[in-house]
Amino acid sequence: MTIDMSQFLETFYEESFEGLEIMETELLALDVGEADSETINTIFRAAHSIKGGSGTFGLNAVADFTHVMETLLDEMRDGKRQVTEEAVNLLLTTVDVLREMLTALRENTELDSERIKVTHDQLEELLDSSSSSSTVQETDNSSKDVPAGAQSWHISFHPHVNLFKTGNDPVRILRELETLGELEVKMDSSALPEFNNLDPEESFLGWELELKGEATREAIDEVFAWVEDECDLTIMAAEAEAEVIHAEAEPEPEPEERSQTEGRSTASTQSRKPKAAAESTSIRVGIDKVDSVINLVGELVITQSMLSTLGESFDMSKVNSLIQGMEQLELNTRQLQEQVMRMRMMPINFAFQRFPRLVHDMSQKMGKNIELKMTGEQTELDKTVMEKIGDPLVHLVRNSLDHGIESPEKRKEAGKPETATLRLNAYHQGGNIVIEVIDDGAGLNEEKIFAKAVEQGLVPADIQLEPARIHELILLPGFSTADEVTDVSGRGVGMDVVVRNIRSLGGSLEVWSKPGHGSKFTIRLPLTLAILDGQTVSVGEEDYIIPLISIIESIQLTSDMLNIVVGKGETFKLRNEHLPIIRLHNVFGGSPNTTDLIEGLLVVVESDGRKIGLFVDELKGQQQVVIKSLEVNYKRIEGISGATILGDGSVALIVDIPGLISLSNQVTATGRLKKSA
Amino acid sequence: MAKILAVDDSASMRQMVSFTLKGAGYEVVEAVDGVDALAKAKGVKLDLVISDVNMPNMDGITLIKELRAIPAFKFIPMLMLTTESTGEKKQEGKAAGATGWIVKPFNPEQLLATVKKVLG
Repeated sequence: MTIDMSQFLETFYEESFEGLEIMETELLALDVGEADSETINTIFRAAHSIKGGSGTFGLNAVADFTHVMETLLDEMRDGKRQVTEEAVNLLLTTVDVLREMLTALRENTELDSERIKVTHDQLEELLDSSSSSSTVQETDNSSKDVPAGAQSWHISFHPHVNLFKTGNDPVRILRELETLGELEVKMDSSALPEFNNLDPEESFLGWELELKGEATREAIDEVFAWVEDECDLTIMAAEAEAEVIHAEAEPEPEPEERSQTEGRSTASTQSRKPKAAAESTSIRVGIDKVDSVINLVGELVITQSMLSTLGESFDMSKVNSLIQGMEQLELNTRQLQEQVMRMRMMPINFAFQRFPRLVHDMSQKMGKNIELKMTGEQTELDKTVMEKIGDPLVHLVRNSLDHGIESPEKRKEAGKPETATLRLNAYHQGGNIVIEVIDDGAGLNEEKIFAKAVEQGLVPADIQLEPARIHELILLPGFSTADEVTDVSGRGVGMDVVVRNIRSLGGSLEVWSKPGHGSKFTIRLPLTLAILDGQTVSVGEEDYIIPLISIIESIQLTSDMLNIVVGKGETFKLRNEHLPIIRLHNVFGGSPNTTDLIEGLLVVVESDGRKIGLFVDELKGQQQVVIKSLEVNYKRIEGISGATILGDGSVALIVDIPGLISLSNQVTATGRLKKSA
Repeated sequence: MAKILAVDDSASMRQMVSFTLKGAGYEVVEAVDGVDALAKAKGVKLDLVISDVNMPNMDGITLIKELRAIPAFKFIPMLMLTTESTGEKKQEGKAAGATGWIVKPFNPEQLLATVKKVLG
């Protein structure tokens, strides 16, 4: 029976990468000096699994490399070795190298044998450097070699009374010996007690055996390997000198060691089957999620069959049942949709888990003391959103570490603890996930930002701006305050890229900062990109969808609320705020039923903490809409985030509220009315 | 047909063991760690247990100890999958009641040969 081992490789890679993540996380959590044994055990276990799997699935280079790592971890686990910073850093590098090796093997690209060798040697060096003696044991089997020409073996086999207690069976052993040659069996029942005293669960029989043929000593040892501690065993070559062995006399040969030594020589030349680079296109879904979908599909089928029975003989007297059935159908569909969406949801931890390492490495590099605190790692969001938020998050964290957090000396001068704290928080709020990056560093330097913005021609020099508006300047394209390009950030790829990425996910970024106290970046993202709760509004013949989460209220204006400033556009007063008005028909065209602000409706929407009023004809229903990309199907339009198909088959455009608000900002900031129709 | 409980926290090893055994006509129950295995073993008639040693929640040695304490498992063969290069783990496993071991890395043929040997 031959089994193609490559079919298990993909699973092996996936779990190995997970194992590496675990190792990395736990290594970073290790307290140098007084390491928690459970943590070391977890790291050991991950390394151990990778070693076992790679050996089994023929990835000998990986098995060999992991073996050295495992030895080191084993010594730490047994307390034979101190957990030093040096060792932890080397292990982290080892994790990186392993990840590269596995990636290279998976994508069938060249292994970086130089780097592997260097790390391998460093590990060996570290192993040799200590008092510990537990290095790879070379097993010497020569002493066990069979005297050549042995024709037969005499075996005396007397199991101890409790042989059965480990599930072993002398009959199995005898049967196995029989396969090695011609076997003569003499039973010794002298130890058998009186029947009354006999405990059937104990073993009393012994055997004197003659094995004739070509059997090697090793093969015989192998047969008794499992029971050598549970019997009195003598194996003698019948024609040679008696060689007496008792149970614990000799160590077991290590087949594992042997295969690894072989592996070492073939590792670099092993041929791999070409295989298409596997992108991470699969997701792991908890069985409970799948079960609940199956359950709901069952419900749906029941409702469907009920409706079709109803349809076979329908008359108006059954209209109530029909309505009920439809309601049931709607409920089922909505639940099913929710559950299916849940399948795509993953904990934000997948995006967060790279940060402990990043912070660890960067704080060492920059000579800063930084403690990373993360909360809400289990908050779930859509997989696609997760994949796209990773890079913006890294950018924000790097910025905080580089620009925000001061050196320990400066912090001390400012009367702050020398160790800075960087927080990553995630939580759900409404239909959004909120991610915060908070540092207790110096905060944004408002004067410098303003001066730079003026210098770069982004704002006029004579303008007066509130601190909050100044903070927003850093989000503008082309803005950078870095005096020099550092290794860490400030390469000129500015915050505007971060903002653009977040906007493209339908999210927003908020900046908060207080000089001397730190800064906070808040990312708000929709939980999913596929579906949105929308409010349908109409302007003339056209329907538009406004995302429900951005709507604060809808009001009918009265003339005393209106305030029309010449050259500055229209505003209205809502309680104590003056808010700009945007007429949807001005932005998107079309002929509205009314252009009188008093007659139509104003939908007050908010994004990034700013509010505007959208002037529309009337409100229609609220419903969940499936978002279709306008860019893919047509082209990108300012102020529109997508399109959807309504129940009657017509197409409605989905209004991009953050986009519209920034449009209105340009209007109020520059005083020029910019129409993009 | 004989029913085998295969316990390993590594999905790829579990798949390999299970696939191999099923291919040879055995019935296989899979478990991800000792706790899971113990739960799945209760009230089921099994002919053989094959367990990894290093696992979270409950390791293979504790599992074997716990299983041996159940009357129905008193004489059931239990094999450890071990990569430990020292004999220590093997002794520990034997002391807990393990019948024997299969040393990793192993190939499907070796696995089947060992299983056949034990099940007769």
